[in-house]
Amino acid sequence: MFRGAVSRRMEYLISSGFICGVSAICFLFTRYIGPEVVAFILLLAVSLIAMFFDILPVLLAATLSAVIWDYFFLHPRFNLRVGNTETKIMLSMYFVIALVSAVLTYKIRQIEKIARQKEERLENIRLYNTLLNSLSHEFRTPLASIIAATDNLMTSPSLLSEEIRSSLIEEISIASFRLNRQVENLLNMSRLESGFLQIKKDWCNIKELVEAVLQRLEESLKNFRISIEIPDNFPLFKLDYGLMEQVFYNLIHNAIQYTPENSCITISSSYIESSLMIIVEDNGPGIPEIEIPKVFDKFYRLKNVSIGGTGLGLSIVKGFVEAHSGTIELNNREQGGARFKMNIKTERLYNPPDDITQS
Amino acid sequence: MTSPNPEILVIDDELQIRKLLQITLQSHDFSVILTNTSAEGLAAAANNNPDLILLDLGLPDENGHETLRKLREWSKVPLIILTVQSREEDIIRALDNGANDYLVKPFRTGELLARIRSALRGSEREENNPVIKFSEIELDLTNRTVKVNDELVQLTQTQYALLVLFVKNEGKVLTHQYILRQIWGEEFINQLQYLRVFVAQLRKRLEQNNSGVIYITTVSGVGYRFVCKPLEE
Repeated sequence: MFRGAVSRRMEYLISSGFICGVSAICFLFTRYIGPEVVAFILLLAVSLIAMFFDILPVLLAATLSAVIWDYFFLHPRFNLRVGNTETKIMLSMYFVIALVSAVLTYKIRQIEKIARQKEERLENIRLYNTLLNSLSHEFRTPLASIIAATDNLMTSPSLLSEEIRSSLIEEISIASFRLNRQVENLLNMSRLESGFLQIKKDWCNIKELVEAVLQRLEESLKNFRISIEIPDNFPLFKLDYGLMEQVFYNLIHNAIQYTPENSCITISSSYIESSLMIIVEDNGPGIPEIEIPKVFDKFYRLKNVSIGGTGLGLSIVKGFVEAHSGTIELNNREQGGARFKMNIKTERLYNPPDDITQS
Repeated sequence: MTSPNPEILVIDDELQIRKLLQITLQSHDFSVILTNTSAEGLAAAANNNPDLILLDLGLPDENGHETLRKLREWSKVPLIILTVQSREEDIIRALDNGANDYLVKPFRTGELLARIRSALRGSEREENNPVIKFSEIELDLTNRTVKVNDELVQLTQTQYALLVLFVKNEGKVLTHQYILRQIWGEEFINQLQYLRVFVAQLRKRLEQNNSGVIYITTVSGVGYRFVCKPLEE
């Protein structure tokens, strides 16, 4: 807030400046207001300073305001001498009140700060617990199937038919891939969270990128229809290839998981002015409207869906798109299905470099 | 083939990985030497003269990059990096320092075997055959012609040079910078746009009248690999 932005030296300067300014304004109106009213105004000024600044600049303001009040406003004016006993009492009272209000305001701020930290800590613990729950579930489930399957294979080999043996082995394989995907997600998340994500943009061919991702997902895509709507002469764009690959991978993988077999997944891209637009959509059941604002949150899982996952995939997508200073939004299509729309402002290359000769 | 059982040297400090590599490789008729430090590995490479080396980057006594550098001072043996680090910089560094290929753990056994075979093949194809054939592609280096499914394909000079580079390094990852340097020259090594455009053109030419085989695969953030998958897959 105000702190942090202002250095200690600035705090001293601003607080004494503020007191001098307020005093000067009061001085202009000495004909209309008595020294008592000025005292109240100065106290108010000290309290205001106490609301924002550290204790020492505030004490300086309190002392300075007492001296100014004495010199310019208390009779006899324009010297530091104090006249009668009454004014002496008034001056000491002023000084004490100024100090007390300064210290009190400061203390209240300290307490608020502690309460805020405590709340943040609680929030962290909550997030940590969600993480732990989701992770232990996501890691232990496949581990449980691996251990159970290997135990079966090791302890009772003679009892198992060839068919059961191969299905146990298949289980181990599926579980390992699931584990591997979760580790991948976790690593990506920590790259994002660490704040050290270095984005390395270079010229990318969107179609090539999408095709590479589809190739990686070949196995899982067997029972889905894929449609790529990217023109052949689409320009190159400056993007981080690795991050965008993960974006497409997560979005398409998501579509595979949350839509029934034989659904159609469409990937299309276009550009308007300096903005690249990419859409990944499906014709599945879509996403409940009330859950849409939450799907990009870390660890958020769709309600009433029994599909495994850490709830990290889409938050990684959002993080990586935002690392490109882009935006992503999700909505349901009128004809049914989910539509992820990304907008990334980036350089593009219209004219491909010429070949030397055309043979 | 030089010998019926090519010998593979494994340098990896993880016992489980060594064990599984041994089982996998032996069951596919490779003979295997296992070592678990950089020093042991280098010694074994010098003494046994293996046909191929599998090198882990995270070794206890020395960084695998160092091992690779030392090895390349005196040996051209095909070498595949095995690593848990999927950082592009690491991979590019290893490839630039003379690794033939890399695999990020966990990897599929089929993938490992394919890479080993292609690295072994690569070291044999020194004899400069003027006509190179891959399932549907036929490249005649003397007449500078390219056929896909027996049909002549017209390529521009650059497209042709790119295809020759790919074909001569079949199965091997070529980094962006390496390709740009070979085809366009030193001052173009950071002009990735050239490569992107010409790879897209070349792919279109090669894949227009074939059965959907993908020859040039993109290696994320690193480069390209020319592969020739058997058709029966």
